[in-house]
Amino acid sequence: MSDQEQEILARIDEQVKNNPVVLYMKGTPQMPTCGFSSRTAEALVNTGEKFAFVNILADPLIMEHLPKYQEWPTFPQLYIDGELQGGCDITLEMAESGELKKMMAEANAKQQETA
Amino acid sequence: MSLTQQIENTVQNTFDPEVLTLENESDQHAGPAPESHFKLTLVSAEFNGQSRVKRHQAVYKALASLMPQFHALALHTYTPEEWTQRGQAPDSPPCQGGH
Repeated sequence: MSDQEQEILARIDEQVKNNPVVLYMKGTPQMPTCGFSSRTAEALVNTGEKFAFVNILADPLIMEHLPKYQEWPTFPQLYIDGELQGGCDITLEMAESGELKKMMAEANAKQQETA
Repeated sequence: MSLTQQIENTVQNTFDPEVLTLENESDQHAGPAPESHFKLTLVSAEFNGQSRVKRHQAVYKALASLMPQFHALALHTYTPEEWTQRGQAPDSPPCQGGH
């Protein structure tokens, strides 16, 4: 593994661990540039819960190395409480069942306690 | 062999699925590539007891050598029991021309 790769993976790890909910997506929730990212961001917005996002198009190194982080080759990627939840399809299923809002709320509450 | 057939064969051999539906959705998306966007619905007993993340990771792993050749794979994985309750996979979103 190259130094650069290690450095990027460490940066991703920090983002995932320091944010209760973080979405890696193409574009932003306001201006998504891919249908899958768009639907996923919309599902998160609709929960009313707080979340962080990283626009991978603005950070090509993250885009290049993120697939190796959790052996997940596609975008978007959703992490809650440090754990990969999945991409668009899984997020929408979680939104439908109500699980998404619940998990986001719990992760956000947990961070407030420790802050 | 077309990319579609290669994906189907690989998935068939890896998961021994009860249901395997591979839809080519490339015509719903921007760009000229005829085999760029796919939707895969898979029902297999192999998924029993596996989380959704694990199921998707298993599919991605099986398709690792083919994935660089296409842009998007909408993935819907169910156990036979889940499939009986559900009966169909949700629709994919339209592409917005980004890459």
